[in-house]
Amino acid sequence: MSEGPRIGVFICHCGSNIAGHVDVEAVEAYARTLPGVVFVQRNLYTCSDAGLSEIKRAIAEEGLERVVVAACTPRTHEPLFQEACREAGLNPYLFEFVNIRDQCSWVHMQEPEAATEKAKDLVRMGVVKARLLEPLEEQEVEVEPAALVVGGGMIGMTAALNLAERGFAVRLVERGPRLGGLLLRLDKLYPTHEDARALVAKRVAEVEAHDRIEVFTSSVVSEIKGFVGNYEVKITSNRQPATGNQHSLRVGAIIVATGARVFKPEGLYGYDGQRVITQFELEERFRTGGFDAERVVMIQCVGARIPERPYCSRICCTTAIKNALQIRERQPHAQVYILYRDTETQGTRYEAYYTRAREAGIQFIRYSLRHPPEVTDERVVVYDELLGARLGIPYDLVVLSTPLVACEDARELAQMLKVPVDEHGFFLEAHVKLRPLDFATDGIYVAGTARWPAHLEETITQAYGAAARAATILSKDRITSSGVVARVDEALCRGCSRCVEVCEFGAPSLIETAPGMKVARVNPVMCKGCGACAAACPTGAMTAMHFTDEQVTAMVRAALGH
Amino acid sequence: MGEVLVIGGGIAGIQAALDLADMGIQVHLVERLPSIGGRMAQLDKTFPTNDCSTCILSPKMNDCARHPNITLHTYAEVTGLEGEVGDFSATILKHPRYVDETKCTGCGECAQKCPARVPDTFDMGMRRRRAIYLYFSQAVPQVMTIDPDHCIYLRRSKCGACVLACQREAIDFEQKARTVCVNVGAVVVATGYDFFDPRGLAQFGYERCPNVITALEYERLVSASGPTEGHLLRISDGRPAKRIGFIQCVGSRDVRHQRFCSAVCCMHSSKQAVLAAEHDAGVESYVFYTDFRASGKGFREYVARAEREYGVHYVRSRVARITEDGNHNPSIHYEDAETSRPARMTVDLAVLATSLIPRPTTAALAQVLGIEMDPYGFVRTEPFSPVDTTRPGIFAAGCCRGPADIPESVMQASAAAARAARFVGRGNR
Ligand SMILES: Cc1cc2nc3c(=O)[nH]c(=O)nc-3n(C[C@H](O)[C@H](O)[C@H](O)COP(=O)(O)OP(=O)(O)OC[C@H]3O[C@@H](n4cnc5c(N)ncnc54)[C@H](O)[C@@H]3O)c2cc1C
Ligand SMILES: Cc1cc2nc3c(=O)[nH]c(=O)nc-3n(C[C@H](O)[C@H](O)[C@H](O)COP(=O)(O)OP(=O)(O)OC[C@H]3O[C@@H](n4cnc5c(N)ncnc54)[C@H](O)[C@@H]3O)c2cc1C
Ligand code: SF4
Ligand code: SF4
Ligand code: SF4
Repeated sequence: MSEGPRIGVFICHCGSNIAGHVDVEAVEAYARTLPGVVFVQRNLYTCSDAGLSEIKRAIAEEGLERVVVAACTPRTHEPLFQEACREAGLNPYLFEFVNIRDQCSWVHMQEPEAATEKAKDLVRMGVVKARLLEPLEEQEVEVEPAALVVGGGMIGMTAALNLAERGFAVRLVERGPRLGGLLLRLDKLYPTHEDARALVAKRVAEVEAHDRIEVFTSSVVSEIKGFVGNYEVKITSNRQPATGNQHSLRVGAIIVATGARVFKPEGLYGYDGQRVITQFELEERFRTGGFDAERVVMIQCVGARIPERPYCSRICCTTAIKNALQIRERQPHAQVYILYRDTETQGTRYEAYYTRAREAGIQFIRYSLRHPPEVTDERVVVYDELLGARLGIPYDLVVLSTPLVACEDARELAQMLKVPVDEHGFFLEAHVKLRPLDFATDGIYVAGTARWPAHLEETITQAYGAAARAATILSKDRITSSGVVARVDEALCRGCSRCVEVCEFGAPSLIETAPGMKVARVNPVMCKGCGACAAACPTGAMTAMHFTDEQVTAMVRAALGH
Repeated sequence: MGEVLVIGGGIAGIQAALDLADMGIQVHLVERLPSIGGRMAQLDKTFPTNDCSTCILSPKMNDCARHPNITLHTYAEVTGLEGEVGDFSATILKHPRYVDETKCTGCGECAQKCPARVPDTFDMGMRRRRAIYLYFSQAVPQVMTIDPDHCIYLRRSKCGACVLACQREAIDFEQKARTVCVNVGAVVVATGYDFFDPRGLAQFGYERCPNVITALEYERLVSASGPTEGHLLRISDGRPAKRIGFIQCVGSRDVRHQRFCSAVCCMHSSKQAVLAAEHDAGVESYVFYTDFRASGKGFREYVARAEREYGVHYVRSRVARITEDGNHNPSIHYEDAETSRPARMTVDLAVLATSLIPRPTTAALAQVLGIEMDPYGFVRTEPFSPVDTTRPGIFAAGCCRGPADIPESVMQASAAAARAARFVGRGNR
């Protein structure tokens, strides 16, 4: 078997990390016996400058056409070795990593013989795969240095301004007739008690004055095509009577900041909008001077933390405290009770705010779902869990603290963007902890209450955060795809769209090649090479490059000793 | 100009550095310890999705090390800052590792030969390391450090075992502290948190009872890379812990200690109870709390699952004190809020959710930077300009500005990157 590519194998000692438990000399001797292998070398540290120079030298002098390194882990070191290949003129996808540290010496430290045998097996598998490797090309696309921000509330505007200040063009689309969002309808803001409309008016003025921001009010996004760096967007006016106005734009990145909606407690606790109202309606009364009550009872978690809606809306405890303090400010002798389940006042500022409310004489009474409060014509009857007694509290006004719920049309927008929403209809990020503002699809980000209910402090943070994430794309002139992507054999493709359904990143799409004839195409810039489509494809038309069936089957056969 | 200084290499500093670097901005990331990673590196799994902390952190750490726009200054501190927004000049003091970073590969041959034994701070002192050590196995950079307080050679000019052991001649006892000056347009502070020392609250028996431990110690205990290799054993006698009590708000929401709420402990204790059940389905866990706070995304659902699927018991109560019996089993004395009666429960292990407090060293750093602290000792920010400090051009992210979980820290880090980037121009456009 002397025909076929010339393969070089480099075996790393990793100091004693590998060599201390694996008999590297035996692995070296074994590698020499493998078909196609023309060069084998052991290195104390293959990743050191000396080791990398050896790889480059051997590619040139020994005419290596494939390089296999048996060492620590591809997670940290694959790019390094691929770069060495590239520098020596070898396509970096003709490189194969064999992990004999994490998978041999570390996990089988107590059994050096077994570790050595396993290292041999893995090297054999790597070598057969290397024989079948193909050179792959990376593709480059240009990036349009402009962003689309959907939603013109405080958060959309804050994100837009940050990007504009950094020199990017921004298109800001607001469904309603004016910018400002929810804050336009609030009174004061906790924890500082500054005026909500004053704060938001300032931001609106900044946005409107900025010449790099183009604002589209009374407009919605009606179509989105394209991919990271190159989205094509249509914006349609929803002004009545219909004008049919439409704009087509190109943007490199998109930020979703469409906010949420306040839950209306129809049929709960005697809600009538008169004597039993929501916090939101209470703030409206404050603003319009329509507030007048001496005895106020607030009920928390109305429509939240119940089986149908199990989540906690995070903002309603602090909103209740704010409005209770506002009542006391207006009417120092007013009695305010807050019937709560848990006080959600986490951290420094909000716990201090809770303390302030208690010191101001606001009465907190804990109830549980086992004995929910009852609102009668004259009083609110509640079982005080801490006192262990039933109380009847006379009232002039009952205020229900209701959660934020997702906008009805969030799902529609999500479908257009091909991004997911969670079971409650809030936009679902790529990774809860480390990518909280990203979607799995590159170039699309989320901020504000469209993501989850949160204090303004937090949503403003998200606005800046999403702007930063978008700027990581917009700052680049072009982006490069990996060579490890899925590829379609159009002759085998039946256009069944399985791949389109399974892909988390929206990379495959169907295109019409002839009337009634559809085939899948993969956008390499969007594809992450995960192979989900290749597994789903019933005809075998889809191949995950670098992990082809042929390559993987050969490795499995080698593992079984065939 | 065109560069940013990030101080602190926890998850917040790492994320800020990566975002800035990906925007094409040069970053200097300064970390006081021998490795970046921060507290997140010490955690086992993380709520609310229970993925392994190191597994998700480690790739980010490596991205920092590999990024062409990031210069790592580990084992270093910022000692001076002059100038103003857009044009700061910062002084970085690099402590000597006594190991040549360019030669050491972190193979650890030296440590095997080192005769000096030192309590391992990464493992919360529950294990011992050598005087020459890798901060933890996934450390970035993968470079050894010699602890000058315990190295026999540095203290008495004898030994040198590591010099002989090192095949790459990386040990360098001649290394001296040096300073580096960098010119930056903006600064991001991300120096994180410390944990409250429960010895200040004698009633919880941390000092008296060997099986009363802190939550961070518990993280190391259940971690596969920790002192018991992930077996849920009592360090005191090696017996498995079958019944565990988690005590909330230790030092938090307490006028005599921290008035604030530490924001993450309701969730981390739930997670720790779930992990106990995952280790051994027979373990019983009890969480003793006053208010249960779980308003982050997916948190209530997580807690419901802890209760339903893992059988975690939540006891609304006030814990008065912890004593122990002859077998060192902690006894938790509490007032049950449901019945308003005193009660008592004996457990194998009591885990104290101690407050997340400001790092004492951040106050000194704040002086150097000329920024103000808040009444609790965290870096001061205002609610509606949440990552701006009191000095223009200096921003803050993560737990140095108050207790926060990982998602919040990451979002703040990206936010600080956006704010900082605004002051270093756009480079090519
Ligand atoms: C009653 C109440 C009181 C509160 N009080 C406080 C407080 O005192 N302090 C505090 O910190 N936080 C408070 N909050 C929370 C705070 O209001 C939010 O954090 C903040 O408003 C979130 O802003 P946003 O821009 O994400 O959403 P919004 O303000 O809801 O803005 C979203 C915008 O997007 C637009 N939009 C929606 N869908 C589309 C679409 N498909 N296309 C185009 N545009 C769209 C909407 O019209 C809207 O203008 C309160 C919340 C409530 C409900
Ligand atoms: C027991 C416990 C369990 C937890 N579990 C979870 C969980 O499951 N999920 C979750 O989301 N969160 C969890 N958390 C919270 C999580 O630890 C924090 O959100 C996160 O670590 C904060 O990261 P940070 O970067 O702000 O701070 P840190 O991790 O503290 O990092 C700060 C870094 O800055 C360095 N530094 C400090 N001072 C200086 C200086 N002067 N100069 C240079 N460098 C300096 C430090 O050495 C450190 O590396 C838990 C916390 C605890 C206590
Ligand atoms: S924030 Fe308070 S009122 Fe709102 S759902 Fe959560 S616990 Fe209930
Ligand atoms: S010289 Fe110091 S670090 Fe080196 S082996 Fe001796 S005690 Fe350990
Ligand atoms: S998060 Fe929970 S345990 Fe921690 S201080 Fe706040 S209320 Fe107490």
